[in-house]
Amino acid sequence: MTNLISLAFEKARTEKRPALLTYTVAGDNSKKKSLEILKSLSKYVDICELGFPHNTPIADGGQIQTSAYRAIKNGIKINDVFKIVKDFKKNNFSKPLILMGYYNMIYQYGENNFLNRCKKSGVNGIIVVDLPWPENINFSKKCKKKNIYFIQLISPTTSYKRAKKIIKDSHDMIYYISMLSTTGGKLKITPKEILSNYMKIKKINPKKNCVIGFGITDKTIGKLKSADGLVVGSAICREITKSIAKRHNPVTNVSKIVIKLKKRIL
Amino acid sequence: MKLKKKIPLIDQHDKFGMWGGKFGGNFVPETLKKPIKDLEDLFNKLRNNKSFIAERDRYFKNWIGVPTRFIKLNNLSNHVGGAQIWSKVVSDANGGAHKIYNATVHCLLAKKAGKKFIVGDTGAGYAGKMLSMAAKKFGLKCKIFMGAKDIKRQQPNVKAMKKNGAEVIPVYTGSQTLVDAVSECMRYWVANCDTTAMCVGSTVGPNIFVKICGWSTSQISRELKIQIKKEFGSIPKKVKLYNCVGGGSSSYGFWSEFMDYNKNQVELIGVEAGGPKSSNKHAAPLTYGSKIGILHGAAQYVNQSTEGQIEETESISAGLDYPGVSPLHCFLKDTRRARYTAATDENALDAYKLVTKYENLRPSLEPSHAFSVAIKEAKKMSKDTVVIVNSCGDAHKDKNILKVKLGKKYDQFN
Repeated sequence: MTNLISLAFEKARTEKRPALLTYTVAGDNSKKKSLEILKSLSKYVDICELGFPHNTPIADGGQIQTSAYRAIKNGIKINDVFKIVKDFKKNNFSKPLILMGYYNMIYQYGENNFLNRCKKSGVNGIIVVDLPWPENINFSKKCKKKNIYFIQLISPTTSYKRAKKIIKDSHDMIYYISMLSTTGGKLKITPKEILSNYMKIKKINPKKNCVIGFGITDKTIGKLKSADGLVVGSAICREITKSIAKRHNPVTNVSKIVIKLKKRIL
Repeated sequence: MKLKKKIPLIDQHDKFGMWGGKFGGNFVPETLKKPIKDLEDLFNKLRNNKSFIAERDRYFKNWIGVPTRFIKLNNLSNHVGGAQIWSKVVSDANGGAHKIYNATVHCLLAKKAGKKFIVGDTGAGYAGKMLSMAAKKFGLKCKIFMGAKDIKRQQPNVKAMKKNGAEVIPVYTGSQTLVDAVSECMRYWVANCDTTAMCVGSTVGPNIFVKICGWSTSQISRELKIQIKKEFGSIPKKVKLYNCVGGGSSSYGFWSEFMDYNKNQVELIGVEAGGPKSSNKHAAPLTYGSKIGILHGAAQYVNQSTEGQIEETESISAGLDYPGVSPLHCFLKDTRRARYTAATDENALDAYKLVTKYENLRPSLEPSHAFSVAIKEAKKMSKDTVVIVNSCGDAHKDKNILKVKLGKKYDQFN
């Protein structure tokens, strides 16, 4: 069976646009609300990324950290994350969902247990921020056996030689980090430069889908639309934080942002 | 799991950077893979380079002021009764603690790599203070990440860092202590690794940082071995080396040359921070059987929830207030080469009182933990047993805490 993630890229390609991916944190700002946010996003988004929050996130910037701490404070547990995925998938089975987080959470749950729960709740892909190649080879194989994509990251610091090895061992989707930054940093280089770096990676294996993420907002997304897919995370987390401060409903405000993002890439 | 002889412990890891197949490694974001590889290549090249070693030794001798003293604490020994108690006074080193060795080596490496900026984390403020000193010495711009709670309780060191021209960046996330400072420092490096070198302040973090730090602090035991032989003619039959363990950099350095001795001859005792007597929280993952987890790029025993969230620690000593511990010590624990135990805040304060009462020595709260256990155990030992405590830091930085906890008379510092 083809993984839903690949189908989502195919669909976007036939519509001559990049796939839109969003990242939100499970349990932000509550279990119920994060499920509602996910459901409302999914109407406009091709692939949903859902973070399972960790309290020592070494690659996340302020916005996602804030969301993660909020979720942890509200008592989110791994089993709640799986429950959110399951509830989401009940009515949105065909919408691909990627879980994203840090390795210690998986390590404590047990790799096999974790993947079994992923499979049962309907997860289609996994990103583990601090499990790079070649440390990830075993885990990646286990994912493949369950038809779950293990999505590897490639950074501007990754050498060409290393990128080739990573891509050779990768599944259909690859995540290119736009610049040297934690998530949500200000773009330090122009979208044109990002795309030129991206193309070097893309050319290594044009058949694999490669998305760009880190620092993308409604202001920059339009200039990057020649990529296979674009991920927006921090801009959404920031909106949730803002909504809470203003006592607005984050669900509606987040939807508005996503509609705006979608317009820019059509 | 077994220790190898004649190979430095820092080099006994596998191709994934793991000790005993379980501890250490490189669990880092992809962005850091290259700067880590670059640092590995540079370090591996230079550590075998004679002129680099000569350069290091020159700075160690003329600037840090090695060797530090090895002294007998006669009054304390007489008071305690039992074993003879000695101290390696590492706080003699320039700046007042062992952190200077690692800071100096990192700055030397940063210069060789052509970096202009260096960043580091700090808990007690000693790692930060030393890095700021070394950065100034080598003409590097320096930023230090420090938990907001630690900034409040270790003001003397904060002032010293600022005086050395470093920017001290307060970290407000999480428990606002060392663990958060290290995270924030790593995040900063993720975003700036092209221009900036990072110094991890202890034998923690991704594999190469454990190695560089251990290689640097090993200076302590190299000196000590010579000093012991000079004093006793050979290594005595019963030696006990007591050292506090937070991240584990001073203890590794204090022990490294003695690894190959039988533990009946040279016993290694690590003392972790047990926290306040009345609290459940502690910073003693080895003593209290914490599970293996991943923290700051390395697998290690670490205080965490069943879910894998890192737990908050509590200790009077900011330098030991870390939920994890060096993979080297995890390995030493599992191979039973070293023995680990904990002392409470109160134990450490009592030991500080006792040492300062009998000796002209002011161990900071960190080594006071080690003194506490050493004194307790020395009572039951024979006269020919040589107990040596690494007094790895000076109490000047703790003067505010000591004043509050013990009263004004303990605040008499030159």
